[in-house]
Amino acid sequence: MTTPLGDPYLLHHFFATTAARLPQKTAVVCEGARLTYADLASRAEACASLLAAAGVGRGDRVLLFLDNGPDFLAAMYGALACGAIFVPVNPLTKPDKLAYLLADTRARALLTHSALAPAWRGPVAAAPHLQVCVIAGDPPTAGDSPVRMTRWPAPTMPAGRSDPGTIDRDLAAIVYTSGSTGAPKGVMLSHLNMVTAARAVSGYLGYREDDIVACLLPLAFDYGLYQALMAFKVGATLVLERSFAFPVKVLQTLAAERVTVLPGVPTLFAMLMDMGSLGSHDLSRLRLITNTAAALPVEHIRRLRALFPGATLYSMYGLTECKRVTYLPPEQLDIRPGSVGRGMPNEEVWLVDEAGTRLPPGSTGELVIRGSNVMQGYWEKPEETAQKLRRGADGEVLLHSGDLFRTDAEGWLYFVARKDDIIKSRGEKVSPREVENAVCSHAAVREAAVVGVPDPVLGEAVKAFVVLKEGCAATERELIRHCMAHLESFMAPKHVEIVPELPRSENGKVKKTALG
Amino acid sequence: MGDVIAEVRSFLRDNFMLDDAEIRDEDSFMAGHVLDSTGFIELITFVEERFGVEVADDEMLPENFDSLRNIAGYVERKRGAAAA
Repeated sequence: MTTPLGDPYLLHHFFATTAARLPQKTAVVCEGARLTYADLASRAEACASLLAAAGVGRGDRVLLFLDNGPDFLAAMYGALACGAIFVPVNPLTKPDKLAYLLADTRARALLTHSALAPAWRGPVAAAPHLQVCVIAGDPPTAGDSPVRMTRWPAPTMPAGRSDPGTIDRDLAAIVYTSGSTGAPKGVMLSHLNMVTAARAVSGYLGYREDDIVACLLPLAFDYGLYQALMAFKVGATLVLERSFAFPVKVLQTLAAERVTVLPGVPTLFAMLMDMGSLGSHDLSRLRLITNTAAALPVEHIRRLRALFPGATLYSMYGLTECKRVTYLPPEQLDIRPGSVGRGMPNEEVWLVDEAGTRLPPGSTGELVIRGSNVMQGYWEKPEETAQKLRRGADGEVLLHSGDLFRTDAEGWLYFVARKDDIIKSRGEKVSPREVENAVCSHAAVREAAVVGVPDPVLGEAVKAFVVLKEGCAATERELIRHCMAHLESFMAPKHVEIVPELPRSENGKVKKTALG
Repeated sequence: MGDVIAEVRSFLRDNFMLDDAEIRDEDSFMAGHVLDSTGFIELITFVEERFGVEVADDEMLPENFDSLRNIAGYVERKRGAAAA
């Protein structure tokens, strides 16, 4: 395939170019199914044709509410081929939040699975902008929903649709992330943003055509998504797992498929290392282990390297707002194991003080990022955007990470703290406000305060301190279950403590530092 | 077998499910997102404690735990093996 510029410059060009070059190569292995690049391309084409026929075009938002699997990838490339913007939605999402996402994006199309119907049935019927709902799995039943329900399309050959005219400044995706105000924010990423990040990350990690890349992280989570983007860019094979719920099954697959690249987050590696039978699986082909979302404890770095002596370990740090920020070159791991490294290729990072002045090595300050990977802003949230994207001294827009770092004398970065109160649990961001809102929606609750507490597997566990209304009763378990019904499971508190009152400062604000 | 199914269903209902959600004996917990990876660990702990079986690492597989029917079959096999 050739693009109008010769070289690929839109996100989906990389897949299309590889599909034209290596049509018979295995692109995806998932639950026993093996799809070649040509197979996946024809599935993507079928989604593109269906969406285009339903009136989806350039700039329209398309929600992908799907588990890891070929359908997600076909839907993503199909949406991009129409010029649409894809919005990946975690399949753990509950009806309230899905309704919010449909309304906030004014999505024209939703692509989902019949198994997720309990979550989407209600929100879809109430989404005024939605024109079509495409459903994998069981065929849709004729209901009274005003939205057109249609079955997942069968693979088709390319059909000569008109070019939507997408350029690299157009948005490719909106990825939602938790905000400290409680309402999730949509991170707007252009084709250029994502192409830049995929190039830089696959470049410094050295992804190769003969790699077998495991994707155990959700495709709705950005580092999971990038495994597909980067594997397809170089013509590698992607081994997709639906979840890490059955670690033994995952390990059997990693061994059988002779996986060479294992990307993960600290919780995944902690669960893996907890398994007594880990040594009985042949993972000798592993050549790269990469960690993101939160720092690996130094002890876990040591154990991982001992368990997989043939693999190179990369510690990294990133933000959805620019995908990746830093990585530690593996040869530095023994010298400074606690460091997250330096900025990646084609990107500049430095620390600033409160006034925005650049700080010299050896300082502590907020990390700012400059590069073509920096997001376009938060979808229809100008105030939040203005806090994060600010003009630097030379007039260029810089991303203020909101995270405090220190540098050593040679300029290597070490994470210090977040400036906001977001909790990182299982590698996912959890907004205490969002959890407090869910707890407080229980009839017996007067008020609640949510904090993160240390947890050996989760990094931080979510803990809620709850004050009940007078004369009301509720058990801890009942409150956790109530949260499970309204929040993604990783956001639901692991611990609930019912207290007579919350500690307050002199001005009446809840003093979270006194909780834990 | 029916007892195991009833008890596990009640455990799931008390801890993980929406009030009005239904789960059939053969439904996959993973596909329906009734449980995530930490939820499965809680489920396995419950099965061990309630039915007095010890679950080995390599038994933590979908065919043993990913539906009410699979759990009932697994518990029955374990009890049969223990009695033999």
